[in-house]
Amino acid sequence: MKNLQVGEDGKLKHLLTLEGLSREMIHRILDNAASFLNVSDRDVKKVPLLRGRSVFNLFFENSTRTRTTFEIAATRLSADIVNLNITTSSASKGESLLDTIDNLAAMAADIFVVRHGQSGAPHLIASHVQDGLHVINAGDGRHAHPTQGLLDMYTIRHFKGDFTQLRVAIVGDVLHSRVARSDIHALTTLGVPEVRVIGPLTLLPGGLDQMGVSVYTDMKKGLKDVDVVIMLRLQNERMRGALLPSPQEYFKTYGLTAEKLAVARPDAIVMHPGPMNRGVEIDSSVADGAQSVILKQVTFGIAVRMAVMSMLAAS
Amino acid sequence: MKSTIDAEALYQVLLESLRKRLQGPDLQKEPAVIGVHSGGAWIAERLHRDLKLGSPLGFLSSAFHRDDYGERGLPTSIKATSINFPVDDQHIILVDDILYTGRTIRAALNEIFDFGRPARVELAVLLDRGGRELPMQADHVGAVMPLRSHESFVLSQETSGRFALRIETR
Repeated sequence: MKNLQVGEDGKLKHLLTLEGLSREMIHRILDNAASFLNVSDRDVKKVPLLRGRSVFNLFFENSTRTRTTFEIAATRLSADIVNLNITTSSASKGESLLDTIDNLAAMAADIFVVRHGQSGAPHLIASHVQDGLHVINAGDGRHAHPTQGLLDMYTIRHFKGDFTQLRVAIVGDVLHSRVARSDIHALTTLGVPEVRVIGPLTLLPGGLDQMGVSVYTDMKKGLKDVDVVIMLRLQNERMRGALLPSPQEYFKTYGLTAEKLAVARPDAIVMHPGPMNRGVEIDSSVADGAQSVILKQVTFGIAVRMAVMSMLAAS
Repeated sequence: MKSTIDAEALYQVLLESLRKRLQGPDLQKEPAVIGVHSGGAWIAERLHRDLKLGSPLGFLSSAFHRDDYGERGLPTSIKATSINFPVDDQHIILVDDILYTGRTIRAALNEIFDFGRPARVELAVLLDRGGRELPMQADHVGAVMPLRSHESFVLSQETSGRFALRIETR
C-alpha cells in the first residue's frame, strides 16, 4: 500500500495513524513539540508560521475538548480556523462525505482535522484530496487517535526520558479504545520492552499478543513494578451493553485506587486521556494525587498539535 | 572545495570590540546576551563567560519567524528559544555567527519582541559575508569577508571550546 502519511521527500503529509510511523519521525514530532511548549508563556502567545493558512475542524462526531485543543493549537500558529459541526449540517441533509470534502476544499482549506465515528474515514479523505491539502485524524471509530498517542509519548518522554527501560500498563476498555491502539503502536515503535494491557476479558480485543503486548486480567499483577499507568475512559454506553455488571463493580476490580497503585514503582506516573469518570475507572485521590500527570497531558497536547500542524503545512 | 579560516582570531576581535563597548559611558547596566542557535549560541555563551558578565544569557531559535517557512518548512529539529528573563526595557546584545542576507536577524528580532520590548538591541557577529537583502548591519564584527553565493561558511566548536570556520563550495 502506498504510504499516504510520509512523502517521498520524507516529510509528513498527513497524520492518520501511528502504525508504521518511524521511530525517528515520532521523535522529530516530539522534539518540535518541545520547542512550541513555551509559546504559551510569552507576552505574545502566537507564532506566525501558519499565517494565511486555513484549518478546518471537521467533527462528524462531537468532542468539544479535542476540537478546542486543535483550535487553540491552530490559533497559536496564527492560522485561520473554521469549525464545522457536520452532524448538524450537510451530512444530515444526505450529502456524501467526499462531496462535503470537495466543497470545503473549494473554500481553500489547507488542513482538515477530522473526527469521525467510522474507522478509516480520515484515510479515505486523505486519499481523495489533492496535493497540498493535509489531513489530521482526530479520532476515527475504534481505529486510531494519533495526536493523543503522540501527546502520551511526549508525557512519558518528559517524565521518564528513555523508552527502552520502561514497563507501561494500559488499563480498562481497550476493546473500544482508539487511544489504546495508538499508544500501543507508538510504545512498541519507540522500543518499550514491556507493554501490558489490563482489563476484563469482555473489554479486551483479540490479537493483542500479535501487537507485542502482554495481557492481564488481575490489576495487582498487571500493575506490579510498572513505570507508567495509562488509564482509559470507561464509556457510559459500554456499561449498558451487558459487557459489565455495573460501574460500582467495575471500580472495585479495575478502578485505580491508591492501594492498587502502590504495587507499581514508587515513581510511576498516572495518565488519563480525559474526560475522567471519577469513582468508575479512577479514584479521586489518585486523579488529584502526586503521581497524576493528567493536566500536564493537556498542556503537552497543545504543543504536540502545534508541531504536527506546522510540519504538515510545510510539506 | 574546502578551506579554513582562523576563527579564533576573529573571535578575539569581536571580544575586544564588546569589551570596549562595555566601558561605554552611556551604559547604565550590563547588557543581556542572546545567541541565535546554533553557532550564535556557542559564541554568546563564550562571550558571556569571557566578558565575565553577571547579566542574563539567553538563546533563541529564529525558526518560528522565518520568511522561507513556506518553501523550506521547519528545520529537521528546532532548538527551543530560552529567554528566561524580562525583555522589557532590557539592553540586549544579539549574537550570531554569520551575517548574510539579514533574514535570520529579522526573524530573531521578531522572536525577541514576542517576549517584550527591549530598550535597545545591538548585533554582534563573528563574520559579515556581505550579500544583504534587508537593511541590517552589525555593531560588532569579527571580520568582513565577502563570499560568492555558491559558497558558505560553516562554524564548528571543538570540545576545548575553540571555534573553527571553513568555507564550503556547493
